[in-house]
Amino acid sequence: MKKKETVFVMGVLLAVLIGAIILDALLPSYHIAIKVVKKAVVYSLVAVSMNLLNGFTGLFSLGQAGFMLLGAYSYAVLCIPVAKRAGVYQQYNGGIVQFSLPEIFSGLLGDKIGTVFGMLVALLIGGILAAVFAYLIGLPVLRLKSDYLAIATLGFAEILRAFFQWRTLGPVTNGSNLLKNYPDFSGATGYIILGGALIAVIVLLVNSTYGRAFIAIRDDEIAAEAMGINLAHHKRLAFVISSFFAGVGGGMLAMYMGAVQALSFKSSMTYEILLIVVIGGIGSITGSILTSFLYIASVEWLLRGLDSGKFLGINAPAVFKNGFRMAIVSVIIMVVVLFFRKGIMGDKELPDLLRRRAKKGGSAQ
Amino acid sequence: MQGLLPYIINGISVGGQYALIAIGYTLVYGILRLINFAHGDVFMVAGLVMVYSTTAMPMYLALPLVLIVTSLLGFVIERAAYKPLRTAPRMSLMISAIGVSYLIQNLAFYITGGLPQPVKNSIPWISDTITIFGASTKRVTVVTPILTIILVFALVALIKKTKVGMAMRAVAKDFQTAQLMGIRINSVISVTFVIGSFLAAVGSMLYFTNYPTVAITSGAMPGLKAFVAAVFGGIGSIPGAVVGAFLIGLCEELIKGAGYSTFSDAFTFALLIVVLCVKPTGLFGEKVTDKV
Amino acid sequence: MSRNLLKVENLTMQFGGVVAVDNLSLEINEGEIVALIGPNGAGKTTAFNAITGVYEPTNGRVSFDGSVIVCNHPQGKMERTYKGELADLYKSERILNPTPDKITALGMARTFQNIRLWKSQTVFHNVLIAKHMLAKSNVFTATFRLNRREEEEQRREAMELLRLVGLDDVRDELATNLPYGRQRRLEIARALATKPKLLLLDEPAAGMNPQETIELADFVHEIREKMGLTVFMIEHHMDMVMKISDRIYVLDFGKLIAQGIPSEVQSNQRVIDAYLGVTEDA
Repeated sequence: MKKKETVFVMGVLLAVLIGAIILDALLPSYHIAIKVVKKAVVYSLVAVSMNLLNGFTGLFSLGQAGFMLLGAYSYAVLCIPVAKRAGVYQQYNGGIVQFSLPEIFSGLLGDKIGTVFGMLVALLIGGILAAVFAYLIGLPVLRLKSDYLAIATLGFAEILRAFFQWRTLGPVTNGSNLLKNYPDFSGATGYIILGGALIAVIVLLVNSTYGRAFIAIRDDEIAAEAMGINLAHHKRLAFVISSFFAGVGGGMLAMYMGAVQALSFKSSMTYEILLIVVIGGIGSITGSILTSFLYIASVEWLLRGLDSGKFLGINAPAVFKNGFRMAIVSVIIMVVVLFFRKGIMGDKELPDLLRRRAKKGGSAQ
Repeated sequence: MQGLLPYIINGISVGGQYALIAIGYTLVYGILRLINFAHGDVFMVAGLVMVYSTTAMPMYLALPLVLIVTSLLGFVIERAAYKPLRTAPRMSLMISAIGVSYLIQNLAFYITGGLPQPVKNSIPWISDTITIFGASTKRVTVVTPILTIILVFALVALIKKTKVGMAMRAVAKDFQTAQLMGIRINSVISVTFVIGSFLAAVGSMLYFTNYPTVAITSGAMPGLKAFVAAVFGGIGSIPGAVVGAFLIGLCEELIKGAGYSTFSDAFTFALLIVVLCVKPTGLFGEKVTDKV
Repeated sequence: MSRNLLKVENLTMQFGGVVAVDNLSLEINEGEIVALIGPNGAGKTTAFNAITGVYEPTNGRVSFDGSVIVCNHPQGKMERTYKGELADLYKSERILNPTPDKITALGMARTFQNIRLWKSQTVFHNVLIAKHMLAKSNVFTATFRLNRREEEEQRREAMELLRLVGLDDVRDELATNLPYGRQRRLEIARALATKPKLLLLDEPAAGMNPQETIELADFVHEIREKMGLTVFMIEHHMDMVMKISDRIYVLDFGKLIAQGIPSEVQSNQRVIDAYLGVTEDA
């Protein structure tokens, strides 16, 4: 990237960070704006990880919810304070896991730093667990053609969900009951820093020689293979890396929600992320982030009125009842899918907005 | 064995219902190479229409209405959401299908308020309880497989013996050439969707007579399972889809009978993955080689 | 007589009931420019695909730079339906069917009959991506930019290749925006990026006008000299074939019907009947 563009991007990122700090200072942590930012960051991370796989490498995978589930449960199981475990694992005698990472590290590094460190380690473990599963699942599944790959990954996600609800695994997973009472970052700044750092890594990857190899596989995998790129190895790499970030994203989602259960990690969650990726623009990281924020802000906040009788000053409780919001969002999604096929950003990124003569494509450097 | 009998009967019955849905998937995939994610939701809408129409008008009007509305829905979906993307890459088409599925579910949620709708007026005769081999069940579980087989035979006859059927087979084999040979692609595709939706409507009426509650998500699982059945049997093959569906229905119920009901859903997916890895073309499918 | 670089022995490709390549044997020696000609559908590209690992041969053996790289014999269903010859010749040999990337890594690179450039990428990136296989960095060192020196080196080499083929003025253009002839040059530059010993060109002059064809012929000659390459090409432009080939193999209906130096092949009656034809006096 040229100097001017680097400065521009750095400027935008700094502004976002400062904005988050100000937000945290002015508003209480339960304020809707903070919640929107937190959730949007999580969705951004997962959307970008999905874009890496589906958008940049061209592997149509619908297994995201499964990897998020692995990350979410890893985080929750490893972070519930020991004292609270009996209350959470009521049906399973307090559960098998009788330690909590934040508490262990608090003992070593002091309360505040230790807790945060423990949370980060738990997130990391969640990501690694997701990556391991991705590796195993990928072995048979990545050879399949695109539609079949989609259905196979969807299937694996559903199988994982069934396992996490199984009573026999209850001592670890709490069966079909909620896992709760684990710690969370109090403000949005923590999310922004963590999410931002992780997305930055993905950006670095995409702009590296491996990222270009992924794009080559998407554009023409036969040519890629002929030019020495081992398809099996690189597809597996993309799959594992994408799933790692989805796992960490799942952990962060658990943090945000305060309580998790396997039931919520349905295929509809994957569809939501996929639609965000498509609307943002397949192959545009900026698009995924922007759309995540737009989507979450609209659905959780701005469009709430559509569900509760009053919107934009119009009072029509018969029309604006429960479900109208999502119905309208679905219509908007369909409009974008049909008429704005390239999505909001197409395959452009933030620096491209600066270039006066907007050329098509060539987003990787 | 006696203890398993009700499960076997139920399995064959639900298998028949899956078969009627699976045919829709396999037909559409055969001509468009599209996994119609919205098909399961069309099935659910048919159920909702049945609930509403049977309470608002007499049976002999209500049931045909279900068939007509559902077929129309399939037609409209194809025209509005798939036709514009016919030249777009496959992923775009699949995303559109997912979008339609999402839209239907959210619209249904809005209209029904999110509450599962109970079937108040069951279809007479088939919802009567009868006894078979000592097991008590509804007549619909016996009617379903028979009706399914009849419809499948009728469909196969249509495809083999009529002009329309021949056109469908041609389009499934080679889309471009069929167009160049003067086959009216749009009509063929529309007919395919209408047939698929019609059969899904029939399956829906039978299914919701047996499980008389229609929830928004009622279409998702049967839809997915029917799709697995289609893949298992060899996507593009009608007999394959039917055989696959009956097998899945049976195994699903037997697993429930064996006490592992949490896994009856997971079993279907495990089966899918095994099939995809071992013989991706399914039981009766064809191998296609890529030209370089 | 220079060292043997590529040796194809008894290569047979059967698809279903059709034998596309029938017991083809050929040799290419270091530094040669060898052409494979024949009417459309003769099996030339299929032979290329079998040699480069895109297809698994039904029967036969391929050796590169002294070692066997591909070897197969009829198995399973094909054992019964095999219509070709010498089905037992390689039965006791180890089966070797590497993926194309492994064969490229050994030093064989190719271009495609229907241009297969990476459409969303620029001219420069199309060549740079082909350098990926030579990178020693792994995904971590590449992501965290610990491979700066290697990356710069690869970029430099890619630019040099663009200069060599005369495309450095359009380095940031989308590959698909180039005119056809230049796209073919780009594909060659891309193949060269993998530092091959043997370059396989599939109809490199297709769609080019006479002037462009002459320039391409000179270019192929030039890179043979400058880079110490060996070239194996499929071509229909006879002027180019006759001008720069050291030897020619002629394929018809999958079978080798003639081979030799250009003058021999040109006057071979079988070849004339099958392919070259006789010029009619107006």
